Amino acid sequence: MLLAFQGAVAQGVLWGIMVLGVYITFRLLDIADLTVDGSFALGGCTCAVLIVEHGVNPWLGLLAGLCVGVLAGGVTGLLHTVFDIPAILAGILTQIGLWSINLRIMGKANIPLLKNPNIFSDLGKASGLTQNIATIVIGSLVAAALVALLYWFFGTEIGSALRATGNNEDMVRALGVDIRMTKLLALMVSNGLVGLSGALVCQSQKYADVGMGTGAIIVGLAAIVIGEVLGRTLPGKLRSFSSRLIAAVVGSIVYFLIRAIVLQLGLDPNDMKLLSAIIVALALSVPVVWSRYQLKRAYSKGGVA
Amino acid sequence: MLTLTGVRKTFNPGTVNEKVALAGIDLHLERGDFVTVIGGNGAGKSTMLNSIAGVFPIDSGTILLGGNDISRLPEHARARYLGRVFQDPMRGTAADMQIDENLAFAARRGKSRTLRWGISKAEREEYTEELAKLGLGLETRLSDKVGLLSGGQRQALTLLMATLQRPDLLLLDEHTAALDPKTAAKVLELTEQIVGEENLTTLMVTHNMHDAIRLGNRLIMMSDGKIIYDVRGEEKSRLHRADLMAKFEEAAGEELANDRMLLG
Repeated sequence: MLLAFQGAVAQGVLWGIMVLGVYITFRLLDIADLTVDGSFALGGCTCAVLIVEHGVNPWLGLLAGLCVGVLAGGVTGLLHTVFDIPAILAGILTQIGLWSINLRIMGKANIPLLKNPNIFSDLGKASGLTQNIATIVIGSLVAAALVALLYWFFGTEIGSALRATGNNEDMVRALGVDIRMTKLLALMVSNGLVGLSGALVCQSQKYADVGMGTGAIIVGLAAIVIGEVLGRTLPGKLRSFSSRLIAAVVGSIVYFLIRAIVLQLGLDPNDMKLLSAIIVALALSVPVVWSRYQLKRAYSKGGVA
Repeated sequence: MLTLTGVRKTFNPGTVNEKVALAGIDLHLERGDFVTVIGGNGAGKSTMLNSIAGVFPIDSGTILLGGNDISRLPEHARARYLGRVFQDPMRGTAADMQIDENLAFAARRGKSRTLRWGISKAEREEYTEELAKLGLGLETRLSDKVGLLSGGQRQALTLLMATLQRPDLLLLDEHTAALDPKTAAKVLELTEQIVGEENLTTLMVTHNMHDAIRLGNRLIMMSDGKIIYDVRGEEKSRLHRADLMAKFEEAAGEELANDRMLLG
């Protein structure tokens, strides 16, 4: 039982890095970027092939996962900004294309990494920590470093331009920034994180599968929503940017904990995607219904109440 | 400073919705000119401002600004020369960003943006001073999200943002039309103050004939995508509402006559 929860936290931290990527597109740019399903698997598949077939250092495998993710985001970005394809459709096109590309990269549907050393087993051997604890340690360090990096980046002049683009495109153009560049950059940074997360997950679960990214976007959205709901109960109410990034990672951990609990309760793992979809649908629709209800309630027949 | 020569723009050409918005505009502004633009709905006032700002490409003609031909530059590239305030107070600012972040973002208009930190301490002090000049109490709220401000406050902030880095030309597109009369008066007062202090070359579209006469050193009236009346200096200061109404009716009368011919 405890082992299952340790495993869930470990998975949650690694997937949390993908959630940071989804946060950039979904919350900062207001785009639901479906590239994620493909770029997550792309990062994992690339990393697995490099380690198993080319004997590459697992840390370099992570770097490769990040780089191919950036490229995948770039493809979606170009389709969206240069050719004006709606963001959702551009993401779907890249995602579908990546399915074939991932199969080409691996040459088969999945690659096991059972016999190869990875960054988690290396640390486990060096320190005597269990695989789960080693994963949590490395995952937390990487996630913390990325949160710090993103906090810095979105505070710079270029990062501010990205945030402003998601806020008000008219203003951004009027103040001299090409929104095609900012959107392209945001999609590349976002999918870079997603690819890195895919590479980490592939090393931790010791296999890469062409379908490992399926539904990743829903996991990402659910984690963001859970993180926000939890964060609002805190005194700071997620006003600072860094707290929102941390909430995204924490949301991912909680998501995987919930998953572990419902699986322990005997839920079919295949039903988890339905549950995730319902969580996201509820989280997006409740505020809308609530404000509509408030508006109706505010009506009074006799004028000023 | 600004020279428009034969600027034409037709929307939806070749369709039933074809609309000649600018039918050959020639206009020259001297440095420091403050020009008010009036005209009926669909006269082409906003289209003229948007064609200068590069919101859409023009069909023909040239736009020179400070000696540079900007006719074919994309909107974001022209931004280095232009300060803009829109009619909708929501369009000029980023609601989820802080007041100081909005100002810092605007202060970098037309400059290359790098990985330097987006706002410096010295800037914050400067913004506190500038905001105090607005007299709206915003100087103590630098870290507030702009979404918390009223429409009038946002419009005043947009005005400050547009002029923080001196623009070669300030474009005001009915920037007080969405505000209540009292707030509108305040924003206009700030406009006069800022334009006067910096001696900015300004084009201001307005629906309010009183404001159009009172403000600026020159007034132009547009109708059917053309400039039909252009008055400046002494002559402008002697203008009355009635004169402008007569001009309006003269222009509208032609349209009515055209309609009668069509129906007749």
